[in-house]
Amino acid sequence: MKILVCLKQVPHQDARLDVNGDGTWIKEDGIKFEINSYDTYALEEALRIKDAGEAEVVVASIGPDRVTQALRTALGMGADRAVHVNDAACQGSDALGIAKTLAAIAKEESPDLILMGLMSDDGNASAVPPMVAELVGMPSATAVVATERSEGNIRVERELEGGAVEVVDVPTPCLLAVQSGLNQVRYASLKGIMAAKKKPLDVKTAADLGVADAVGTAGAKVKIEKIYQPLRGEGAEILSGSTDEIVSSLMNKIKELGLL
Amino acid sequence: MSVTRSGLSEEREQILDAADRYAREQLAPLAPRMDEEEWWPDDAFRALGKEGFLGVTVPPELGGAGLDLFASGLVCQAFGRWNHAFALSWIAHENLCLNNILRNANDEQRERFIPGLCDGSAIGCLSLTEPGAGSDALGSMASTAKRDGDEYVLNGRKMFITNGSVADLTLLYAKTEPGKGAHGISAFVIEMASPGVSVTQKLVKMGFRGSQTTELAFEDVRVPVANRIGAENEGVVCVMSGLDLERALIAPICVGVAERALELTIEFARTREQFGEPIGNFQMIQSRIADMHALVETARTYNYHCLAQLNDLPPGQGGRGWAHKLSATSILYAANSMNQVVDHAVQVHGGNGYIWETEINRLFRATKLLEIGAGTTEVRKLIIAQELLKN
Repeated sequence: MKILVCLKQVPHQDARLDVNGDGTWIKEDGIKFEINSYDTYALEEALRIKDAGEAEVVVASIGPDRVTQALRTALGMGADRAVHVNDAACQGSDALGIAKTLAAIAKEESPDLILMGLMSDDGNASAVPPMVAELVGMPSATAVVATERSEGNIRVERELEGGAVEVVDVPTPCLLAVQSGLNQVRYASLKGIMAAKKKPLDVKTAADLGVADAVGTAGAKVKIEKIYQPLRGEGAEILSGSTDEIVSSLMNKIKELGLL
Repeated sequence: MSVTRSGLSEEREQILDAADRYAREQLAPLAPRMDEEEWWPDDAFRALGKEGFLGVTVPPELGGAGLDLFASGLVCQAFGRWNHAFALSWIAHENLCLNNILRNANDEQRERFIPGLCDGSAIGCLSLTEPGAGSDALGSMASTAKRDGDEYVLNGRKMFITNGSVADLTLLYAKTEPGKGAHGISAFVIEMASPGVSVTQKLVKMGFRGSQTTELAFEDVRVPVANRIGAENEGVVCVMSGLDLERALIAPICVGVAERALELTIEFARTREQFGEPIGNFQMIQSRIADMHALVETARTYNYHCLAQLNDLPPGQGGRGWAHKLSATSILYAANSMNQVVDHAVQVHGGNGYIWETEINRLFRATKLLEIGAGTTEVRKLIIAQELLKN
């Protein structure tokens, strides 16, 4: 069995984000990056299938040199090999451009299962997984919170609004986009990090994958017009002080408004 | 080897990141209760062993990760950021006990003791300091081990022993020939469950609380000759090279604490408003933050240099010469820098920084210990100056 896990590298959860000069993305200089949290659950799910039996886990990601570290971390956690699309031409791709690139990798790899996170911590669009599934012609399920595998099928539980759960049978090969909290994500062990040095990491360009026309700003059908922090509006009051002071002041305000 | 912006190789940065993630998620939540109650998390070492954070320098065939001293330092730095008390216990186990046994024991002893210390089923500690033997640990040592057939009979008391009440094994130094001073000392591994071993005091500390610091008593404890590490009367080699490595490895705790203090202070300066604006806009706050940054950067960089130099220190080396001076300089500077950083940090935090239960106050109370343990600041200066001035 072969499992393809698609990862995105995103700004670290502690990184301070500032909008860049032309207001179309964040300043990436000097901030730390990490694997998108949703994708770590996808990777863990793949590694659990590998631990339970015979499976090769291939991780794939798109982005500049820094993405190597995300892929090496995934290899350190137990993935077998990595594919890195490192091509300046991919800069500025929209979701469809990314999906076409990942789909091209999927077509080369012919996996039995594609796992990815439901969304990315930075872009938050949830667009790529269903697009990849459509482009490679696989059935898919999103917001997956539990899986149970049987011959030729995966029964998945999907999280619905309000906490309800939907149970769906998805025939394999298929693509699953997983929700956070699906599992407990393992740590990259020190031994694993050492072992990862010897694992293959293939570097490809968009042209290698035949998607040169689909990627980058040129290939994008969706263009980011502007990114900005909402301005502090009237009527909002930011409470300051120690935690105790804030809680006390908040309680007083609630009482003043007669809500308690 | 490509080098990242931190100055670390990619692989070393991954090690630091992996340990950081573990510490942030698993060790940081333990810190408030450890600090408040001097509480010890019983399961933490087994969990660490399972995740491969014990036996960093131990070859894989004995259950370790097969990495070097530098990697150990990075793990310590990450643990120091999120739970410095636990980092101290980790060092006592990992370096003072485990790495010393690895470097100085014979093959049979390594196979007997090391796998359990790597998987976390056994916790280790080091028993060197005594009630009357601190900076003059070797000269004033009163503990004795008298040979009796295939055993030694051990008597004595050991003081300020980190992990003393939770350890399964201790690496202990005692005089086997009291008349020969430092050259009459031998090293032993003692199982803490042996008859005659007792914990006579659990000491309550100002900082690093939760790391279990104890006084131990040894009364007619019978130790098999097979548990003596190295030759009789040659324990001084083991203890002195071990102390150099210990100094190199506690410096990253200072770096970790200082990094976290800086991070908290920057966040506070950005969000705390006075006179209608964030206090980070005021130049006197900025001055402190700039000083803190310079101290953190220089302490970290110098410690990395020290770890890199000591990485290949052969067993039996150290305790004199360049390694002695280098490790003493690293911890002298790191501990002093950390003290300055946490002092600035509490000042920026104002009243909030003086409240016991805040994280920054916990970090502030980490001062002094690392200027005292593993050789006081004064001893470190003696080592440095004596090496510089000798002919």
